[in-house]
Amino acid sequence: MATCPRSAIREQNMTWYAFYGALEQGFVYGLLVLGVYLTFRVLDFPDLTVDGSLPLGAAVSSVAITAGINPYLSLLMAMGAGFLAGMVTGILNTKFKILHLLASILTMIALYSINIRIMGKPNLTLLGTDTVLDSVSNLGLPPHMSAPLLFACFCAVAVVALVWFLHTELGLTLLATGDNAQMITAQGVNTHTVIIFGVGLSNALAALSGALVAQNQGAADVNMGVGTIVAGLASVIVGETLFGCRSVARAMIAAILGSVAYRLAIALALGLKLGSFSFTPSDLNLITAILVIAALVSPQLKSRFRK
Amino acid sequence: MLVLDNITKYFNRGTINEVLALNNLNLTVNEGDFITVIGSNGAGKSTTLTCVAGGFKPDTGAIRINNEDITDWPEYRRAAFIGRVFQDPLKGTCASASIEQNMALALKRGKPRGLSKGVKDKDRPWFREQLATLGLGLENRLKDTAGLLSGGQRQALTMLMATMVRPDILLLDEHTAALDPKTANQILELTHTIVETQHLTTLMVTHNMHQALTFGNRLIMLDRGEVILDVAGEEKKNLTVDNLLQRFYALRGEAMGSDRLLLG
Repeated sequence: MATCPRSAIREQNMTWYAFYGALEQGFVYGLLVLGVYLTFRVLDFPDLTVDGSLPLGAAVSSVAITAGINPYLSLLMAMGAGFLAGMVTGILNTKFKILHLLASILTMIALYSINIRIMGKPNLTLLGTDTVLDSVSNLGLPPHMSAPLLFACFCAVAVVALVWFLHTELGLTLLATGDNAQMITAQGVNTHTVIIFGVGLSNALAALSGALVAQNQGAADVNMGVGTIVAGLASVIVGETLFGCRSVARAMIAAILGSVAYRLAIALALGLKLGSFSFTPSDLNLITAILVIAALVSPQLKSRFRK
Repeated sequence: MLVLDNITKYFNRGTINEVLALNNLNLTVNEGDFITVIGSNGAGKSTTLTCVAGGFKPDTGAIRINNEDITDWPEYRRAAFIGRVFQDPLKGTCASASIEQNMALALKRGKPRGLSKGVKDKDRPWFREQLATLGLGLENRLKDTAGLLSGGQRQALTMLMATMVRPDILLLDEHTAALDPKTANQILELTHTIVETQHLTTLMVTHNMHQALTFGNRLIMLDRGEVILDVAGEEKKNLTVDNLLQRFYALRGEAMGSDRLLLG
């Protein structure tokens, strides 16, 4: 979040360049948004670990690439690391009975130190190394289109995989655990295992997102995760509001589109100029917070007006 | 088949709120028993069922099912033997999942779950058939989420789900108490049919004395965490509400505590 070069370009009106930038951001963070959807909506587990696991994925991938490992393989390693981070949160919550929010904050804080340990310093640049983006731009697409396209493909694969998974026997237990833990326990399912796995999966997606962000912007930074959870949540809510959430498949597609809509809204806000006033990238967190609050409060207001 | 051996359970032990919930409780449930469980508020009826289901570990004593000691088994593991219907109709089904998904989840109770399709095409006709026996029209609503159903419908679905995989023990914890009288009777009839046709070993907690006398082949009365009355067969058939109250009075030397029980 702290470093997003494309959206940092401020113009009077949103240009095509900014539009492609927003698409790219929307899709690359779309993977994270899917993760947030899994924890917040499916598991009913507010998980702030992603603020740490997103840079974790970036760090692992960057270090791996710098060490000469294939960029795609580095993505898998990032996902593995993210999964482990999520598992830690899940175990703290289920086995040690620490409140989910607190458990995830503890993991997040610990990850800050771990991420610096992994990189050996607070940030790592990837200049001059091959990334997954090179494999697409080698096809001859213009660079501003290759990134959104590649990330959209990642999102599509992730959505298909998750929709498939949530309709399997195991996937149904994930849905049920978030909805009615008593019921699914009575059906013989160990909800602790499900929660540990589910939070792990969510953070694997966040880490994948972080790894792709790092490869895209050419650097991993320990602070790039600040505000991740709020942005992710905003995207989920924007998606639900605009595109509905009647089925799992629909909700997931809505989450991705919500992520794109959220980035477009940010790009628009950054291009906005009222007299001598204009927003700066540092206003992003405030705008996001207001957006989330508005989305959370609006259903209550609506029902109050109806009465 | 199910044995509760000297079970003692304190809640909030060592605090001023200490409660002795189960006091050296002994109970042997035989194969095929349909036991109705009565007692005043706080007598330990629900606690006994929760103890069997594994909601907590007793302070002392042992629980055995089919001669296997399950005292240390977690709740989810015991579910392989146990079907449960709760007092709260919302507890037994998953509101955001469809009827068929709920049934598919119940079909795998106590069995390993994998990556095959959650709801299998081959199971749908059987789901429909089962739902049709309820007479609620649910057989045409397989894709509707359980959250759209009324409390009675959800409780009927829960009854089905608890018995789809034949449980060694069926635990019914005041499963009609939260329903209106008409719906409660329908669910009771359904219970009767399912238990009779499958010859299920059943423990049914109720606040209603008439229910306790009408259903089942055996009746136990709990008081202060102990079984104070245990009648079966002919003796149970000849019991009346007045008998029960008299026997309670004789045993405890006082009038029965709960007005809810008296009204039942």
